[in-house]
Amino acid sequence: MADLSLQILQVVDKNNGVENTLDTPEFKNVDANTLQSSLTSLWAKEMITFKKIETDNWILSKEAEEFLVSGSHEIRLLKEVLLAIEGLKISDVNSKLGQVGKLGQGKAFKNGWISKDGDKLVPKVADLPSDTVVEQLKTIKETGSLSDKNELSDLKKRKLITLTKIVGFKIEKAKNFSLTIKEYETDITSDMVATGSWKDATFKPYNFNSEGLYPSSGALHPLMKVREEFRQIFFSMGFTEMPANQYVETGFWNFDTLFVPQQHPARDLQDTFYLKDPVAAKKPEDEQYWNDIKAVHEEGKFGSIGYRYPWKEDESLRMVLRTHTTAISSAMLKKLAEDPKPTRLFSIDRVFRNEAVDATHLAEFHQVEGVLAGYDITLGDLIGFMEDFFSKMGVDGLRFKAAYNPYTEPSMEIFAYHKGLGKWVEIGNSGMFRPEMLEPMGLPKNLRVLGWGLSLERPTMIKYGVSNIRELLGHKVSLDFIETNPAARLDDDMVGST
Amino acid sequence: MPTIPVDKADLYQLLGREYTTQEFDELCFDFGIELDEDTTDECVGDERPQLKIEIPANRYDMLCIEGIAQALNEFLGRSASPNFTLNPQVPLVKMTIDKSTEQIRPYAAAAILRGVEFDDRKYASFIALQDKLHTNLCRNRTLVAIGTHDYDTLTPPFTYEALPPQDIKFIPLNQTQLMDGAELMDFYDKDKNLGKYLHIIRDSPVYPVIFDARRTVCSLPPIINSNHSKITLNTKNIFIEVTGTDKTKTDLVINQMVAMFSAYSKTKFEVEPVQIVSKHNGQDRVSPNIAPKKFEAEIDYINSCLGLNYSGEEIAKLLTRMSLKATPRDAKILDVEVPITRSDILHQCDIMEDAAIGYGFNNLKKTKAQSDSLVAAPLPINKVGDILRIASAQAGYLEVLPLTLCSHDENFKFLRQKDDGTQAVSLANPKTIEYQVVRTTLVPGILKTIKENRKHSLPIKVFECGDIVLKNLDLERRAFNRRNWCAIYAGKTSGFEFVQGLLGKIMQTMRTPWLEDPKNMNKRGYWIEEDKDNATFFPGRGAKVFFRASEDAEVQHIGAIGVLHPEVMSSFEIPYAASSVEINAEVFL
Repeated sequence: MADLSLQILQVVDKNNGVENTLDTPEFKNVDANTLQSSLTSLWAKEMITFKKIETDNWILSKEAEEFLVSGSHEIRLLKEVLLAIEGLKISDVNSKLGQVGKLGQGKAFKNGWISKDGDKLVPKVADLPSDTVVEQLKTIKETGSLSDKNELSDLKKRKLITLTKIVGFKIEKAKNFSLTIKEYETDITSDMVATGSWKDATFKPYNFNSEGLYPSSGALHPLMKVREEFRQIFFSMGFTEMPANQYVETGFWNFDTLFVPQQHPARDLQDTFYLKDPVAAKKPEDEQYWNDIKAVHEEGKFGSIGYRYPWKEDESLRMVLRTHTTAISSAMLKKLAEDPKPTRLFSIDRVFRNEAVDATHLAEFHQVEGVLAGYDITLGDLIGFMEDFFSKMGVDGLRFKAAYNPYTEPSMEIFAYHKGLGKWVEIGNSGMFRPEMLEPMGLPKNLRVLGWGLSLERPTMIKYGVSNIRELLGHKVSLDFIETNPAARLDDDMVGST
Repeated sequence: MPTIPVDKADLYQLLGREYTTQEFDELCFDFGIELDEDTTDECVGDERPQLKIEIPANRYDMLCIEGIAQALNEFLGRSASPNFTLNPQVPLVKMTIDKSTEQIRPYAAAAILRGVEFDDRKYASFIALQDKLHTNLCRNRTLVAIGTHDYDTLTPPFTYEALPPQDIKFIPLNQTQLMDGAELMDFYDKDKNLGKYLHIIRDSPVYPVIFDARRTVCSLPPIINSNHSKITLNTKNIFIEVTGTDKTKTDLVINQMVAMFSAYSKTKFEVEPVQIVSKHNGQDRVSPNIAPKKFEAEIDYINSCLGLNYSGEEIAKLLTRMSLKATPRDAKILDVEVPITRSDILHQCDIMEDAAIGYGFNNLKKTKAQSDSLVAAPLPINKVGDILRIASAQAGYLEVLPLTLCSHDENFKFLRQKDDGTQAVSLANPKTIEYQVVRTTLVPGILKTIKENRKHSLPIKVFECGDIVLKNLDLERRAFNRRNWCAIYAGKTSGFEFVQGLLGKIMQTMRTPWLEDPKNMNKRGYWIEEDKDNATFFPGRGAKVFFRASEDAEVQHIGAIGVLHPEVMSSFEIPYAASSVEINAEVFL
């Protein structure tokens, strides 16, 4: 290799360039690939430039090689016909020449050398003509081609020759041309830095058009990254995180304190997970609160006519897996009643629903919930606050629709325009907690509380284009998805992305 | 939320104009209902286009086209709230409730509509309303059931009783065969529509039944009416009876029935009452009670909640759009009459909401809430959890998020552990065995995740920082969450030294050095000691993790580390060796 490279430099120097290596005796028999790799390495060092030259080269088939030894089929047949004094019996052609006779016969007829006389072949020429096909093949063997294109075409049709390309190179000197080859360094080493040898070294150019080696790394879960974005939004707006780490709840806190009547469909076995162990809760410590909750359901209190049904203690003491984090909000607001004051609280945690699992429903998911308490706050405040909250994740232009929720009044569904879907989509729920929920706690009548909630999975699915919730939460999530997932930037075109 | 299909052409005729789908969608949005679907494009042949409208779950007055049109017409200012009347004032017809009904279904109400003219679509709507009420407000007939009859086939007075099944004999609706209560149960046992209601009375010694004066069975609530009094398109006078286990809802249902269909009475919105005689439980009354309910609403409260400064008259005008008749008593109080259609009004906050809808939510001035509480703080355990999570990810582990619920086997048997009944919370009504218990360890969820990802390049290094749930019967809620941190290494070799190293890294992050000689080194630190009893680990390869928070502090057993037993790996169908480490993260609080 090194020898070949040196030889190339010498020949180029001697002839001041090479027109075609195929015409150069030194390289004529060097394999094109070998030659090219030497040329490439010299080119990389900017010692030469080169260009590939492709030339047609016809080569003889095995049959054609036989022609060169024994003559063409048609000549061999004609010879036999001339030898037979009274013509050659067609039936003898095969025994004398085999396959050659059959192939030569057609061509000899065509050339007008023979004709048929009954069952015999008779010559139409007296002497053996020259074997032009063999002459042509000889020329091709020597030069790789013929000047007459028709003749080439005929031979190709007879499958006597096939076309190949042969590769040669045109070589010229370049700016670093020299008769000696300098070795190039691939990398700067600590030795070079220490000894200063980098100063005399020549470095191989880098190929920047490639990816580097990825670091081996851990990763946080995509859903938890989106959760963190929400947490930061809450923190930036002065919200404190609630102790939502309590999955097991009682009917009392999960439903009754929220003024959800005991016959409400949400309390069905179809929707809520009940526990079989432990089966019943303790009564809450605050007896007055318990009695007031009973009263507000059963006969009405605090300005409410109530639902007017027999409220059952057992139902209230049934154990459930919380169906919403509002069970925690309720306990926190009860605590707030000990020292009522404006407060901002939030939580993002798991909730449980006994629903059939499908692409958008799991038995567990995360609820994002905010609670804002303040004196004499208004519905306009809630709307204004929702606009601020959602604008922090890049969602603007909200619309609000009246809705029904047992523990908020007014209740509003929040809609945003989804550019990808081309329609308004519901992005959350909100409302003012009902006096039937707040007043039994002992909160002052004019300390109003706004609440809103949304699922964590839904915006995340939109954000990352995930169509099946099981690809986002649970054991079926792909580790590759976790590993290669980009940063979760909620303000980065969320609703608009598809 | 119930979805009500209504005839599009009929609805637009009732609303007095045509709407484009978008216009109608806007109207729904402003009112607080939702246009779910317009079937116009899917109709073939002479099929009539429908609008499918989602109704809030507490608006029982909007479960049929009549109610939707009435509410929207009032909202649009096209129509006044109906003035329901009784005629005669003193009922001529009686229904006596027998004490025997207390055993099974104690309440009943009734009413008569006179001179009704039905056509196909009105009749269909009448039937559909009963279906919708039965599924929603009546909780699949458990709370309340409705029976409607051709009044002219019956002879008053009526009685409502409870009798042994074999003493009730009649031909059920659309049948030809006479049967008694017990035979009827067998007959409808497999019935697609009625089979699901049988359980409500089936095992009771007595079944509820309504008779007329000639002991003709009107109905066997809550299952079926008799064929005798069947309503047809020719029926002019309708007898409606309602029975229930919930008194409030029984009256509510009869009110909704007459409110919707008295529109077809000869004199619009006129109802003939029935005298209910129910001495034994003090429920004698005239049914239905169509008198509006009277509420007081504070003008200041409404203004304050909505950020408005409206006079009583102005608020009253907003409320008219929502069917509420309000009159200012003085500068402070509005007297509000709530019609029988609006049973969802329980408190003045509901009246305040209606004023807001009348005003338009999206017309309210957007303001900034005054709140002087701007102290933001994370939950302490979440902060600890975040430190552990970030340190684990930095150490090259991937965070996974399996579910909290798992099967009993996954939490115990697969881990070669026995359930001693003291720890795990178990579910009463899961739909699959995947959700039998709340996990008491993070290991099964992580192993399930590894199983699903077993094609991933090895080693697989994953962690989770999440809650487990443990029983504690001294607590009001009988159980509590505990934040755990767990990591698993799975690969060609068990990788014990890697999880041990990760534990060291986590401890280092938490300012907790490894103590080589914990007995003689009285300071904050951690160490591990072989645990021969933990069957989750391969014998001789499992250990307990110990932690001492500070000098002289009590030593805490905070978790376990070890090479997972090959049987554990097989149970979770993972073809690799693995090691795990799991600790209680709350010790770092």
